[in-house]
Amino acid sequence: MTDCVAIVIVSHSPEVARGAAAMVREMVGDEVRVAHCGGNPDGGLGTDVAAIKGAIESVYGSKGVALLVDLGGAETNSEMAIELLDDDRQANVVICNAPIVEGAVMAATEAAGGSPLAAVQATAEELSP
Amino acid sequence: MSAELIRTLIERSSAVIRDHSEELTVLDQAIGDGDHGLNMKRGFDAIAETSDALAGLPFGQALQKAGMTLVMKVGGASGPLYGSLLMAMGKAVEDCPASGAQVAAMLNEGVEAVKKRGKSTAGEKTMLDVLVPVLAAIDGADGAAAIEQARAAAATGLASTKDMLATKGRASFLGERSVGHLDPGARSSALLVETVCDVIEARLAK
Repeated sequence: MTDCVAIVIVSHSPEVARGAAAMVREMVGDEVRVAHCGGNPDGGLGTDVAAIKGAIESVYGSKGVALLVDLGGAETNSEMAIELLDDDRQANVVICNAPIVEGAVMAATEAAGGSPLAAVQATAEELSP
Repeated sequence: MSAELIRTLIERSSAVIRDHSEELTVLDQAIGDGDHGLNMKRGFDAIAETSDALAGLPFGQALQKAGMTLVMKVGGASGPLYGSLLMAMGKAVEDCPASGAQVAAMLNEGVEAVKKRGKSTAGEKTMLDVLVPVLAAIDGADGAAAIEQARAAAATGLASTKDMLATKGRASFLGERSVGHLDPGARSSALLVETVCDVIEARLAK
């Protein structure tokens, strides 16, 4: 199904990103497209703007994409990656201010019901202090 | 003329980052995640690899390309921060600026881009605590005086981060414990400012 908001998980650690994505698939199912990326361009801990952009593009659909990120640089690099997307896509991709694992599961749960991007983001962000 | 300057700037800045990579890492281990030295080295090494191609471009375009390389290669927040700095500076000029006022106008665009990207301003224990005073120091100055004032502002700005409380980036998690450490991003900025001053000084002496 392509009419759900898609989820992208961005962690400094490839294992955390992969694991969080696996949890989303296990708990929410396959109807929500989930992409993940982690690690710097050399494969060490960090994030990679090109990889984030690629992950967003791999799941992009008309309802948009919600990103869940872990620490500092993951957010800055994700903002940069969004700005490098085609102009008409940029406004349709958001970073959720939420814990990465719980936020991803909650966002995907909301997305699976066909909710719009703003609702998906709001549901994930209810977890923030 | 621009080609030689571009080559020299790339060679010297990548060398200074390489030579201080360990020091930047140690500073970052104290208040960040300890990757600043390696990340900056990866970014500047990547720029150095494209030196020939960049030297063939107009100055502004070379800066923009170098900035994009940092964005893509660094792997930490310093990639988009330094990348945005260079990209905005590159967009502000076509050819190499020829006066202090032109350098200041170019740097101003870069500093504004860093503020926007980092949602930050001076006084928050970041690279801006070096860049903002350097910009103020060269605004309205020229030649040797501008260089001398830029060096002094970079050194004073860097030292000022030691007693600051971090409210941005990873160091903000430490709260009060961030006080007493130099900011690694301010250190790398000071190193690059000094290096650019060295290069310009050598050209002025010719």
